[in-house]
Amino acid sequence: MLTKESKMAEGQAIGYPPGLKELIQAVEHTRPERLARVKANQHFPRLTRKEGEKVLKSYHPDYKPGGRRKLRVGANKSEILANEVADLLESYSRIDPDAFDDRLKKPDYETDVLILGGGGAGAVAALFARQNGLRVVIATKLRHGDSNTVMAEGGIQAADRPFDSPYHHYLDTMGGGHFTNNPYLVKALTMDAPLIIRWLEDLGVMFDKDKAGNMIELKGGGICRRRMHSSADMIGAEIMRVQRDEIRNHPKEIQVLEFSPAVELLIDETKAVSGAILYNLETREYSVVKARAVIMATGGFGRLHIQGFPTTNHYGATGDGLVLAYRAGVPLVNMRYAQYHPTGTVFPEQNFGLLITEKVRTLGAQFINMHGQEFAHPLEPRDVASSCIIRECMERNGRIVTPTGHYGVWLDTPMIDLLWGKGTVEKELSAKYLQFKRYGIDISTEPIIVYPTLHYQNGGLEINEWGATRVPGLFAAGEVTGGIHGDNRLMGNSLLDIHVFGRRVGIKVSEFIKARKKGKRLSLSHLRSYHADLRKTGVKTKRVAPILLPDYVHRSAPACPHKF
Amino acid sequence: MATKAKGKASGKKSSETRLIPIYIMGKKYEVPETLTILTAMEYAGYRHIRGCGCRGGICGACATVYRLSGEYRLKFGLACQTVVAPDMYLAQIPFVPANKAIYDIEKLTPDINSIGRIYPDLYRCLACNTCSKACPMGISVMDYVQALLKGDIAGCARLSHSCTMCGICALRCPAELQQFHMAMLARRLYGRYLQPRARHLEKRVKQIKEGKFDSMMDAIMSLNNHELKRRYARREWEPESYENPDWQPEETKYLILD
Repeated sequence: MLTKESKMAEGQAIGYPPGLKELIQAVEHTRPERLARVKANQHFPRLTRKEGEKVLKSYHPDYKPGGRRKLRVGANKSEILANEVADLLESYSRIDPDAFDDRLKKPDYETDVLILGGGGAGAVAALFARQNGLRVVIATKLRHGDSNTVMAEGGIQAADRPFDSPYHHYLDTMGGGHFTNNPYLVKALTMDAPLIIRWLEDLGVMFDKDKAGNMIELKGGGICRRRMHSSADMIGAEIMRVQRDEIRNHPKEIQVLEFSPAVELLIDETKAVSGAILYNLETREYSVVKARAVIMATGGFGRLHIQGFPTTNHYGATGDGLVLAYRAGVPLVNMRYAQYHPTGTVFPEQNFGLLITEKVRTLGAQFINMHGQEFAHPLEPRDVASSCIIRECMERNGRIVTPTGHYGVWLDTPMIDLLWGKGTVEKELSAKYLQFKRYGIDISTEPIIVYPTLHYQNGGLEINEWGATRVPGLFAAGEVTGGIHGDNRLMGNSLLDIHVFGRRVGIKVSEFIKARKKGKRLSLSHLRSYHADLRKTGVKTKRVAPILLPDYVHRSAPACPHKF
Repeated sequence: MATKAKGKASGKKSSETRLIPIYIMGKKYEVPETLTILTAMEYAGYRHIRGCGCRGGICGACATVYRLSGEYRLKFGLACQTVVAPDMYLAQIPFVPANKAIYDIEKLTPDINSIGRIYPDLYRCLACNTCSKACPMGISVMDYVQALLKGDIAGCARLSHSCTMCGICALRCPAELQQFHMAMLARRLYGRYLQPRARHLEKRVKQIKEGKFDSMMDAIMSLNNHELKRRYARREWEPESYENPDWQPEETKYLILD
């Protein structure tokens, strides 16, 4: 949807260097033959479930031993978790609870619902809570809308075509998650999905449609029917800006506090969650919010760089909600395997680790090794696809090495225009097209180099199908939660889950509040006992959490696990 | 904007990368020439608070204004998407003051009067094209404003689709329009009223509300894991539409067809 020559990056030599240009010839050489095969409906065979499990066990970063340890504190004590997550949970608070005794008696804000997080889940929860007559405060770490939602590119799933049904959506989701999902959450996800798309249509979200108004829907990895609703390649940005606009239409009922992340939850004398302590990043002052219920919608943990991987996540994705809710007693589920998206950018290095949407493969781009050969079906589930790429680079001698020593394989994007007609890349993948054009690479005629990148948390806070946690007064929605996707999420199911559970939480919270007794005293007693537990179990550390923002000061190169 | 982090500016030197001088708000730093403005500021010792969001060119948090050595032109870019250049003078734009109007989308009509009433500054457009020249996303901002003036809401919606709402257009406009908010309203009017509704979706919502899928879902939820895995392995795959647009599934037991 760009109408003029894209702006170039300012400095630096542009385009692929001669060495890589030479390697592209091998891809071009096999392209006509591959194209003919695809047109004849002949694809690289999908792995069977057993073959998939085999490749996962040998090559997936989180299936291999190492990089993990036994957690020593809290509800998931003794469970094996990534070191970065264990570090987060085995940390002390940023605040001294004793210093807040007086402050807690005079809250700075009082509201019905406090929503922590200004991304998609928080926005949907706020709109539905408001619709149910509640006053809402949204507290968010960066700007309203700064979130992983805004970065979602490919699509949102909903079984709304005649040859599809929630039954198939359920089956795909359970299988993609290796049958470790909570079936009740998956039922809610798949049955509410069409309702959500309809609601978004009402809000005025621009979907890709044909002239008659039918949704143009595509497939995704591990998905047996065309079910992906899109808005070019920036459906997340489109949805988020519409929802933010709508929230700003209700300033009396919904107040937004930006640059104000939560650093601790508050409970009352009945142990129900009753507010939070916020930290103003700019004035460096704390404030106390008293609320009759709290919704945790803080998103994921990509910026913890699990196993040293680069990430597609936004700057604030530091897993804050995990540790805040964990200290209050909420257990974590499905936290063992993070999601490494198969196609992170490798070149140009300025975009290292950034997402190349799965829609690229949905439209026909294939995985090609250095020798010009296809080595995996383009639409395997994400964990399997990532493992196939790592195998190709580590063991099968199919890797491409960039001038700075990074590994990767080709993603043959020129297939798209050849299959769908000239101009398709520019239209359907407009944001991606521009992002590469800035560096002198035309992805409609030149392939992209990709390698897996840390993308999604998969697991998180345990919730029921209405988004309630075990701790009264505390609800949760979005990436911070676990159980919906099991051990591996499918494309298009996270934009969906923030809506399904954001809506459900927004509705349920009003019922909860009506029945709730008014708490008298705000307290941090849960934090005191957590600190005591840390000391008792011998965790000796000066670490504090949440970390709020990652530390990239004086860094000259991005995070990277496999560089040789 | 960012706060200066503590510690001395002594980033690790890589043997291959050349260091070049840049001026962050007038202050000189030597940074590797391969970095973007965003990462060069971090290399120099800044820890971003404002001026940094998705780090991937879509959120609009890091709009930056700069001049290159010896050039008169003022340039604009997203800090995360613009590579540094020697003697670049830069400052980030932390926030753009603008008034988003409050409206009830359900009560508006999808025509120029709606937008003109809500954002009367629309009519002040001088057609000078300064906005388009400044847009870090390369959007022809003036063209979408002109489309609106002609009553072409659909055109405005399509032309402005890749807007990150960074607000640079509104900051540069000599006639003080708030282009990015007008485009937001145009896209919502287009999505809600002008794009035809998806009838298959409406039908599916009705079927779900009537409970037509309930027994199917109860059945699949009551399966044991072994049977569930068997069905998963035997799923029937719909081809891509470029392969066979007239595909019909063989198994119809779990579908609701007319």
